[in-house]
Amino acid sequence: MFDITTLRVIWWALLGILLIGFAIMDGFDFGVAALLRVLGRNDEERLVLLETIEPTWEGNQVWFVLGGGATFAAWPTLYAVSFSGMYLAIALVLLAFILRPVSFNFRGKVQNSRWRDLWDWVLVLSGVVVMLISGVAFGNLFLGLPFQFDGDLRMSWHGSFFELLHPYALLAGLVSLSMLLTHGACWVAYRADQTIALRAARLARWMSLIYAVLFVAAGIWLAYGIPGYAIVGPVITDGASNPLFKQVAMGGSWFASYMLYPWFWAAPTVGILGAMGVQWMVGKHGLGGFIASSTMIAGTILAAGFSLFPFLMPSSLDPRSSLSVWDTSSSHGTLELMLGAVVVFLPLIILYTSWVYRVMRGRITLEHVRHSHSNY
Amino acid sequence: MSIDPDVVTLSRLQFALTALYHFLFVPLTLGLVWMLAIMESVYVMTGREVWKRMVQFWGVLFGINFAMGVATGITMEFQFGMNWAYYAHYVGDVFGTPLAIEGLMAFFLEGTLVGVFFMGWERTSRVQHLLVTWFLALATSLSALWILIANAWMQHPVGAKFNPETMRMEVTSFSEVFFNPVAQAKFVHTVSAGYVMGAMFVLSISAWYLLRGRNTDFAKRSMTVAASFGLAAALSVVVLGDESGYAVSENQKMKMAAIEAMWETETPPASFTLFGIPDIKDRTTHLAVRVPWLMGLIGTRSIDTPIPGINNLVEDTKGKIGNGIQAYDAMLTLRANRDDAQAKATLAEYDTDLGYALLLKRYVADPRQATPEQIQQAADSTIPNVPVLFWSFRIMVACGMYFIALFAFSFWQASKRRLDAHRWYLKLALWSLPLPWIAAELGWIVAEYGRQPWAIEGILPTALGVSSVTAGQVWTSLGGFVLFYTALAVIDAVLMVKYARKGPDGLGIWSTSDITAADAALRRN
Repeated sequence: MFDITTLRVIWWALLGILLIGFAIMDGFDFGVAALLRVLGRNDEERLVLLETIEPTWEGNQVWFVLGGGATFAAWPTLYAVSFSGMYLAIALVLLAFILRPVSFNFRGKVQNSRWRDLWDWVLVLSGVVVMLISGVAFGNLFLGLPFQFDGDLRMSWHGSFFELLHPYALLAGLVSLSMLLTHGACWVAYRADQTIALRAARLARWMSLIYAVLFVAAGIWLAYGIPGYAIVGPVITDGASNPLFKQVAMGGSWFASYMLYPWFWAAPTVGILGAMGVQWMVGKHGLGGFIASSTMIAGTILAAGFSLFPFLMPSSLDPRSSLSVWDTSSSHGTLELMLGAVVVFLPLIILYTSWVYRVMRGRITLEHVRHSHSNY
Repeated sequence: MSIDPDVVTLSRLQFALTALYHFLFVPLTLGLVWMLAIMESVYVMTGREVWKRMVQFWGVLFGINFAMGVATGITMEFQFGMNWAYYAHYVGDVFGTPLAIEGLMAFFLEGTLVGVFFMGWERTSRVQHLLVTWFLALATSLSALWILIANAWMQHPVGAKFNPETMRMEVTSFSEVFFNPVAQAKFVHTVSAGYVMGAMFVLSISAWYLLRGRNTDFAKRSMTVAASFGLAAALSVVVLGDESGYAVSENQKMKMAAIEAMWETETPPASFTLFGIPDIKDRTTHLAVRVPWLMGLIGTRSIDTPIPGINNLVEDTKGKIGNGIQAYDAMLTLRANRDDAQAKATLAEYDTDLGYALLLKRYVADPRQATPEQIQQAADSTIPNVPVLFWSFRIMVACGMYFIALFAFSFWQASKRRLDAHRWYLKLALWSLPLPWIAAELGWIVAEYGRQPWAIEGILPTALGVSSVTAGQVWTSLGGFVLFYTALAVIDAVLMVKYARKGPDGLGIWSTSDITAADAALRRN
C-alpha cells in the first residue's frame, strides 16, 4: 500500500507517538511516585497520592513495554544498539521497573510503618532514576555514541557507563526530571485532596519555570556548543536497511533540519507554551494544568526528534555507522503489518483506557482513604 | 570481531535464570484468573454473596502473584536487546512482531483492566465487573499466545528468508509465522499447564482449610471449581503435550532423539525407553527398559516411519555444514560485489543451511577454512545434553499423569459431596502443591535447553547471538538479578503464606453470619 520511504517516515512518527505516550501516561505516575515524600507529609496523605495512580499505573506502564516491543519489531537495530550499548544505564532503568509493581502491591500488605517507608522510598528512587536516565540517554543522542559495525553488522561499543554522564547529557536529564515532576504535580493538583492539591499546584508552577529555563538553555547549548551530523552524498531513502551503505559527516548543526523545514519550530514553541499553560491553569481549571503539562512533554520530545532527523542514534566513533531513519528499519512487510496492527489496536486501547479513567474518576479525599480497605 | 565465551555463558545463565523465575508466576496467573472468572460468573448468575467473596479472597493472592509476573516480565522484553543484541538485529524483523502485537492486543488490555478488577467493585455494575474479569482472563491467555508464537519461531523458523544486504532474516510470510503448527501445540499445552497450576493452587490451599476445619463452606466450593477446571486442564495438557511431541518429531528431530536418548535409528516402529541411564561419552543408554512400538506410534503416528537416531542426525548435519559453507562464501562474495549473479544463485540454493556454517564460528574465525575435525566438532555440538532432557521429560510426564489421577479423584469426591471425607486425600492435595511448578519448569528446560546449541533452530547459533558487552557488565546485572530476585522471592513467599493463613475469615472477607444474612435477603426478594 505504502512505499518503504513512506513507511519509514510513518514509523519514525509512530516511534515519537509511542515515546510521547509513554512520557505522558507513565510520566505522571513516575512524577507522583518521586514526589511521594515531598507532597505527602504523613501516611494518610501518601495513601491519597498513591490512590490517585494505583488503579491505572499498570496500564500506563504498558506504554513502556510496548515502546520496547514496537522498537524491536520496527527498528530492530536501534533496539539492539541502544539497549546493549547503554547496558548498565538500561539495567538501572529495568531495576526501577521491576521494583515498581511489587512496591505498589506489597506496600499495604504489612501494617508496619518501617515496611511502608521502605516501599515509599523504593517508589521515590525508581521514579527519579527513570526520569533522569531517560533524559541522559536522550542527551547522549546529540553527542553521538561510541559504537561501530563490522561487515556482519555486529556492533561493538567502546565506551563506559560514566562516559554517558557528559554535562550536556546531565542537563538533558534535568530537563526530563523537571518536566515530569511538573507533570506529576499537575496530576496531583487535579486528583488529590484539596490540601495536597494546593501544595502540588505551587510546586508545579515552580517546576515548570525551572523546566522552561533548562529547556531553553539546552537548546542554546545545542545550537552553539554541539556539532551536528549530516548524511553526505546521495540520500537513499528506500535502500536496504544497512547503515554502512551511507557516508556521514560531523560538524554541521543540529538545527539544520529546522532551517530546512521551518514548521519544525512549532515543536519547541508548543513546549514553552505548555509550561506557560501550567503557570496559568494548574489548580484552577480542572484538567487544564494536566493538559498543559502534557502539551509541554509532547513539544519537548518532538523538538528533540525533529532536531535529530533523519538520525535516530548517531555514532561518534564511526559516523558512517550512525543509525538513521533510512537504514535502521525492518523490512517493508514487517513495517506494513505492524502499521496495520497499530491502526486496529491503538484506537481500542484509547477507548478502554478512557473508560477505565472515567470509572475511577474523582478527587481522592483524606476522608475516603480513612474509610476504605482496599485489598490490592 | 571475536566473541568472549564468558559473555555467552553468563548471558545464557542470566536468560535461563530470569526466564525460569518469570515462569514461576506466569502460569499461576494464567490459571487463577480463569478460576476467578468462573467464580464471578456463578456470583452474577446466582446472586449468592459467598461467590463474590471467593473472587475477592483468591483475588488477593492473585494480586501478589500478578505483581511478580509483571515485574519479572519486563526483564524478558528488554533482555533481548541488552544481552542478545546480535540476535535482536538478526531476527528482529520476524521475532519482534509477535512481541509488539502481544503488547498491543493483550498486555495493554490486561494492564488497564487489572486496576478496575481490584478497585472497581463499588464503581461498576455486577455485569460490568464480570466483563472486566473475563476480558482480563482472555487477555492473559492471548498474551501467552503471542509469546508462544515468538517462541515457536525459535524452534521452527518458518516464513522467513536470509537477506545478505541487511545481514538478517526477513519475513516472507506472516501467516506462516502466525499459524506455525508448533505455536498452536505449544500454546494449548502451555496455557493448560497454567490452568492446572491455578487449579492445584486453589485445591491445595482449600484442602488446608478443611484439614483445619476453617472456612469449610468456602473451601468446599473452591475445591469443586478447582477439581472440575483442573481435570479438564490436566487432560488437555497431556493430549496437547502429545500433539506438541508430534510437532517436535516433525520439526526438531535432534531434540526428539535426545529426549528419548535414541542413539541409533531403530527399525520402525521404534520402542519407548521407560527407564535408562544415558551415557553421553559412549553414546549408549545403560539399563534401558523399553516398551516396544510405543515411541514410533506417538512420534510418527504410523508403524513404518523411522525416527532418526542421534548418530544419524550428526552425519546429516555434516552435509548441511558443507552446504552452509558454500552459502557463507557466496554471502561474502556478494558483500564485495552486490551484483555477482553466480554468488546470488549459490546463496539462493544453500541459504537455508547458512546457519550450519555459523556453527563453525566457535572453532574457526572463517568457516571456509574449517578442517574436517572442526566440522566434526561442530556437528557433534548439535547434540543437546541428553541425560538432562531424558530425565526432565520423564519427570514432567509423570507429574502430568499424576495430575489427571488427582483431579479425577477430586472431581469424583466433589460430585459425591465428600471432599472432607478422607484426611489422607486432603493431605495429598495439600502436599501436591509444588508439583505443577516442578512440571512447568522442567517443561521449559526440555523445550529451551533442548534447542541448544541453537538460538533459532538451524539459523542462528546461541553463541553468536550475544551483545558486545563485557563479562564484567553481565556479572553486574546477573548479580543484581540474583540479589533482587531472591529478596523478592522471599517477600512473595512470606506474603503468600501470610495471606493464605489469614484466610477469608481472618481478612474479614468472609464470615458465616454475613453470608447467611446476605443469602437470606436474596431469598426474600
